[in-house]
Amino acid sequence: MDPLIHLLHNNSKLTPAELALRLGTSESEIEQRTADAEADGTILGYQAVIDRQKAGQRGVRALIEVRISPEAGGGFDRMARRISRFDQVRDCFLMSGGYDLAVIVEAEDLLEVATFVSEKLSTIGGVLSTATRFQLKAYKEGGFNVGAAVEEDRLLVSP
Amino acid sequence: MDYDSKLSRQVRDLPRSGIRDFFELVIGRTDVISLGVGEPDKPTPWPIRDAAIKSLERGQTSYTSNLGLESLRIAISDYVDQLFHVRYDPKTEILVTVGVSEALDIAFRAVLNPGDEVIYHEPCYVSYSPSIKMAYGVPVIVNTREENEFAILAEDIEKVITPKSRVLVLNFPTNPTGGIMPPEELEKVAALAVKHDLLVFTDEIYCELLYDGRTHKSIVEFPGMRERTVLLHGFSKAFAMTGWRLGYACAPAPLREAMMKVHQYCMLCAPIMSQVAGLEALKLGASAYEDMRVSYEERRNLIVARLNAMGLHCFNPGGAFYVFPDIRSTGLTSKEFALGLLESKSVAVVPGTAFGTAGEGFVRCCYATAPDLIAKAMDLMEEFVAEVRARKTTSKTPALANA
Repeated sequence: MDPLIHLLHNNSKLTPAELALRLGTSESEIEQRTADAEADGTILGYQAVIDRQKAGQRGVRALIEVRISPEAGGGFDRMARRISRFDQVRDCFLMSGGYDLAVIVEAEDLLEVATFVSEKLSTIGGVLSTATRFQLKAYKEGGFNVGAAVEEDRLLVSP
Repeated sequence: MDYDSKLSRQVRDLPRSGIRDFFELVIGRTDVISLGVGEPDKPTPWPIRDAAIKSLERGQTSYTSNLGLESLRIAISDYVDQLFHVRYDPKTEILVTVGVSEALDIAFRAVLNPGDEVIYHEPCYVSYSPSIKMAYGVPVIVNTREENEFAILAEDIEKVITPKSRVLVLNFPTNPTGGIMPPEELEKVAALAVKHDLLVFTDEIYCELLYDGRTHKSIVEFPGMRERTVLLHGFSKAFAMTGWRLGYACAPAPLREAMMKVHQYCMLCAPIMSQVAGLEALKLGASAYEDMRVSYEERRNLIVARLNAMGLHCFNPGGAFYVFPDIRSTGLTSKEFALGLLESKSVAVVPGTAFGTAGEGFVRCCYATAPDLIAKAMDLMEEFVAEVRARKTTSKTPALANA
């Protein structure tokens, strides 16, 4: 992976000045390369990874396993993109194994997820079945451990 | 009781480590940004910790062979071959130790007779000189210089060789300078070792941490060197395993056997859980540390740029995770600089003199620290340097007026 993209992927808060120092290049070069990556869709967006519980988010999150019937010509793509358009859908992946799409949805409450599944998802032609699994607790989110205290026990000075 | 008279002269006369003096100044303080550590800032990669946990769950809590687990020695043989292109026999030429520090200690004790001279380079890791003395050897220092980016020169070594010279110790990349050896100079050093029939102990602990696309070359790879080299390596730095205390020595069978004698009586074996963890580390290989290495390189770029920008000349070190900026332009000694920075800005660096007198005029900054803390420490150091320079200018003015 491009070192700039790698750094931004791990921490998008880094400023062009910081990135320039760490990669041994100029700020203007960093700004140009970042703008290019945004323009060509390499960088899709920026967001903070949060501990949802600490942030007071009361909503629910569910993984919906969806089996679909691939269409002639379009395969799974058209169906998957159609499902992805719903606001409740945070992530949507085509999977190997026993089902086809892993759809991560976030909603205000259980009822909203149930309504989404029964009224939106299941009614799409070509959706063969759905299985909904609700998230109970987060232990790791976007690469970060959630709620795990890190003990700093390095000595301040050592040989 | 007069305890001094009860102590061995050898131990009584050893100086305390300069690092220890400095450690006592910062211990218990919670407000300090430390660039004073000599270890990675990340814990050991999880798969390695997991392997050790599973080993404990299986009840692997016994002694191992004095030599170390055979499976680990086989893995070490493969890993060393891959790194240095030299093959060692796991049965007769490899010994697993409690860190490189133990390996170095028993290597000295295995080969030195009282009065034998050991040549090593300063500034260097703090234990070389004491370990030589505790083995009744005579430390012979070759100073390395910033103009050579702290590489050791063969011509400087040749000047100190005498009929009593027995061993040459090398450690590149070096703690505390980050200096590396250009292969062409290393070749000259190897030729010198052959010419004067010296043993060479090469401490390779930082060899995986090289930057700017460099690949490592060890002295053991040169003609005539395998038979006279004790190759010392360990898991602490690349695999972030400092607390596991695990290292190894690779050497021709008679040397390994002599080291084993000392090891079996003083240490018995390295802890089995550490050995199991080490085996997992070698299975992972570079995949366990490549991300860390890339991250160190970025932090090195950051800290070198900031130091030079504040007027503290700092060469761009090729390896390890230390920079060794020249602080002479401030008019302070290494110790004054480190103490002043700690007292006025709560940033800890280590005076260069803790690593030998050749470190005067320099301080060691470890950049195995979070980049935002490095940036904050550099902001504070920049303020400190500006304040020192302002004081220097002010204090000069009356003198000039009187002149």
